[in-house]
Amino acid sequence: MAKVLVVDDEPNIVLSLEFLMQQAGFSVLTAEDGETALQKVEQENPDLLLLDISLPGISGFEVLEKLRNQDAYRQLPIIMLTAHGREVEKEKGMALGADDYVTKPFSTQQLVNQVKNLLDPASKP
Amino acid sequence: MSDWLLVAVAFSYLGILFLLAAWGDRRAEQGRSVINSPSIYTLSIAVYCTAWTFYGSVGRAAEAGPSFLLIYLGPTLAMLLGWVMLRKMVRIARAQKITSIADFISARYGKSGLLAALVTLIAILAIMPYIALQLKAVTVSHAILTDYPELPSKLGEEVFWQDKSFWVALVLGIFTLLFGTRHLDASERHEGLVVAIAFESIIKLLAFLILGLFVVFWLYDGPTELFQTAAQKSEQITRLGLEAVPGGASGWVGTLLLASLAFITLPRQFQVLVVENVDERHLKRASWLFPLYLVAINLFVIPVALAGLLLGDAGQEPDSFVLTLPLAAGLELLPLIVFIGGLAAATGMVIVETIALSTMVSNHLVMPLLLRWKWLHLDPDRNLSSWLLGIRRIAILVILFLGYLYHALLGESYSLVTIGLVSFAAAAQFAPSLLLGLYWRQASAKGATLGLIGGFLIWAYTLLLPGFAQSGWLPLSLIEEGPWGLAALKPYALLGLEGLDIYTHALFWSLLVNLGLLIAVSLFTRQKHLEQTQAALFTEALRPEVMQTHLWLGQTSREELHQLLTRYLGQEATHKLFQRFQTEVTAEANRSEEDQLAPPELVAAAEQALTGALGSTSARVLINSVVRGEALDLEAVLSILDTTSQTLEYNKRLEQKSAELARIGEELRSANERLRELDRLKDEFVAMISHELRTPLTSIRAFAEILRDSRDLETDKREHFLGVIVKESERLSRLIEEILDLARLESGRLRLNPEPVDFRQLAGDSVDAITQLFQEAEIKLQVQLPTQQAWVIADPDRLQQVVINLLDNARKFAKGKPAQVTLTLEAWKNNWRLAVEDNGPGIAEEEREKVFEKFHQIQQEAASNSRQRPGGSGLGLPISRGLIAHLGGRLWVEDPKKLKGARLVIELPRAPEQEAKADAPPAAPSEKTG
Repeated sequence: MAKVLVVDDEPNIVLSLEFLMQQAGFSVLTAEDGETALQKVEQENPDLLLLDISLPGISGFEVLEKLRNQDAYRQLPIIMLTAHGREVEKEKGMALGADDYVTKPFSTQQLVNQVKNLLDPASKP
Repeated sequence: MSDWLLVAVAFSYLGILFLLAAWGDRRAEQGRSVINSPSIYTLSIAVYCTAWTFYGSVGRAAEAGPSFLLIYLGPTLAMLLGWVMLRKMVRIARAQKITSIADFISARYGKSGLLAALVTLIAILAIMPYIALQLKAVTVSHAILTDYPELPSKLGEEVFWQDKSFWVALVLGIFTLLFGTRHLDASERHEGLVVAIAFESIIKLLAFLILGLFVVFWLYDGPTELFQTAAQKSEQITRLGLEAVPGGASGWVGTLLLASLAFITLPRQFQVLVVENVDERHLKRASWLFPLYLVAINLFVIPVALAGLLLGDAGQEPDSFVLTLPLAAGLELLPLIVFIGGLAAATGMVIVETIALSTMVSNHLVMPLLLRWKWLHLDPDRNLSSWLLGIRRIAILVILFLGYLYHALLGESYSLVTIGLVSFAAAAQFAPSLLLGLYWRQASAKGATLGLIGGFLIWAYTLLLPGFAQSGWLPLSLIEEGPWGLAALKPYALLGLEGLDIYTHALFWSLLVNLGLLIAVSLFTRQKHLEQTQAALFTEALRPEVMQTHLWLGQTSREELHQLLTRYLGQEATHKLFQRFQTEVTAEANRSEEDQLAPPELVAAAEQALTGALGSTSARVLINSVVRGEALDLEAVLSILDTTSQTLEYNKRLEQKSAELARIGEELRSANERLRELDRLKDEFVAMISHELRTPLTSIRAFAEILRDSRDLETDKREHFLGVIVKESERLSRLIEEILDLARLESGRLRLNPEPVDFRQLAGDSVDAITQLFQEAEIKLQVQLPTQQAWVIADPDRLQQVVINLLDNARKFAKGKPAQVTLTLEAWKNNWRLAVEDNGPGIAEEEREKVFEKFHQIQQEAASNSRQRPGGSGLGLPISRGLIAHLGGRLWVEDPKKLKGARLVIELPRAPEQEAKADAPPAAPSEKTG
């Protein structure tokens, strides 16, 4: 069972994502800030990250950058989540090596599909 | 020669003159001036050469040698060296609409009426003999022509209607009257008059040249023969030598000075030189052309004098040589030509002098008196302009009659030259105040007045009184022994000063006293306000910007000004003047005619127009009578003068403008920068709001979709998710409310309903409202309220919103075991202070103001590594501070007192006690601070 790490500082958003991922058949890990997220990546070795950008402490971009700088996580699928709708941030996220970029509020269906796609490209709907 | 022929010739000549004058006037009215030429200007200045020149030069040459030349060398020097000074006078006269020398001097010294009257009186006394001299010349020449070879009959023996000179005076008077007073405005130039005078100058020059040629080439075989013949008769030659000059070398200097001063200060000379000048550039040509004229008219003086002496016609006055020489040769036409030349010289002088004097008399003697008579003021409908003309006409006749009287009573006792020089010496008294006043700003009216009086008295004592003595009116001992035998007071040798001729002597003493008083008194007197202004305007006249200054700051209505001008200038002239200022009217057209203010330019123009008609003193009095307020003060004038030239002023303005532009540019740049900064802040704000709105919306949408897509959800999960949706919706609403509050606060449109509020009650209510949350979070809330009511003026709902916001923030930050929050309300001076403190991490010193910035906590997120994220929009504190400020209070962060966390304090002014309470302390008066 693929493991998804949900990183967000909004408890209700974490709650909804956790439920959605579990419903889609993944096991779910959560983190409320960047530091915890990095620790959990190392300890739990998740298969995919749902990473919010505005986090207390180190931001989602920094987390992304740190992971991509390590060979082990260069291929780790990461979907950026943001409440900032600005184009520049999306570009910045993609440039840093994010696999996808989702603007809040998002469509749950679409997000689930995106996650599934990244984890198993063959099972494209 | 028959009497009727002479009369016919004389009248024909005057007729031609009159036609010329009329033609000149008509051309001027058509705007095709004939006198706008430096040559005509020069010829008009030649009015200097009177009958005195025409007949008297030969007489003086015959008696006192070449000293006659000094009378012409003086003006030559004045023209060659003094034309710059004359130009200054011309410019001032133009700008100030000066009508005469009396007006000029009076205007220079603060438009002093006293000074003007004084100058006028002296001028009349000085000129009277001079006019008499002209009458005498005409009469004598007529007598010689009719009686030759008999000696002319003595004058004054007939009754006056048999006296030719009376009729001469009358005819000249009528003639002068006819074209001297056609216009009221004396400074409106008498163009026709100038044409006639220039013509007369040509006639007298031609007549004298013809006579000279006749003497040299007809009577003798050229100049060589004449002088050889004369050389054989040595006694005549010695009379023509330099040693014959009275007073020797000092006499030369004295006469030269006298003539050069009189050339400018004689009223008629001032008239043609300054008042009638149409273009100051003419002065330049005249400065050498006029001396040439003088050379030409004096060319044959010595040959004629020699020939006259050689003729030895016993009993004939040397003054008459010009007539007796051709008569002796048996000629008919030439004496007639000479007679016309003499007539031209005499009439030119009489006409110009009389016009100048009559203007002075009417403006400075009669009008000031009339203006004091109240009854003239009582009748505003009376048209005074015709009055003025009448006064001036009467003045002309009176002056000529006085001249005639002088001639009839005293005329016999002096030679032409003597009379002329006495007049010169009197006119020279104007020179110190006139010329010094042009260059010395400090010269004061008192100094000028006392100087004039002093100089005039010395003149009268040293020249007039001895003249009376010689006429037998006073004992001759006055001259020989001095009054009461006091030798030091001898009129011709004052204080023992001997060895000078009488004119140099008189000139020396009178000018010494005149100048001395002028300088000494000026040094010790303070100039009056207007005097200072005028002095500055005169001394600085050559600066181009000076005369453009409008000197009135006072106010008057157009209507009042119009009435005033109509009374003195007549309807037409007033209308013309007002039309010039028509453009300004439109700006004020919406106001009624009576209310319209006269612009300062109009007031200045009105004063100038009145000055032209009445002289500066009277004009000033009249303008003052309608204008409320002040003339431009000295400071203003001086500040204009202090910029050295218009160019400088212009440059300065340019500099100022460019500096201003640079400043504006800088302002624009910084404004632009500020706008950009504001724009950036706005973008950031919008981004943050969008972020804050999206966050609850994300949860709502996610759970809504989950509920939609997962129908088989357990009930408790479903309940939970629905609860989240409701909560997040509430959060969204609250956020929107806050954003709106903030917008209202920032735009100033927030509506508060302030009323007396018991802060103690309100604090308790707020605690009650939030106490549930504290209990849930297991935070200890301590509340300390005063024992009495705490009245403030506030909007209770908004104040409660702020208190709850502070408590809620404290709840979020409170940490530790147990987490603690305190609320304290206490009196502080004239205020109530409510403090909320927590035991959280606190707020760093440098952050204490920043927490009141919008979305401060969000901005902080990226910068600091703080893991604290209390939740909430980040708008609570900015809104709270805005609300408290609106209520006249303050909200700030300060050092913690009890719990070492954050401490926020609300301060509101105390309001009066609303209901008396036994235990309440006396109410302090409410005092809003803000």
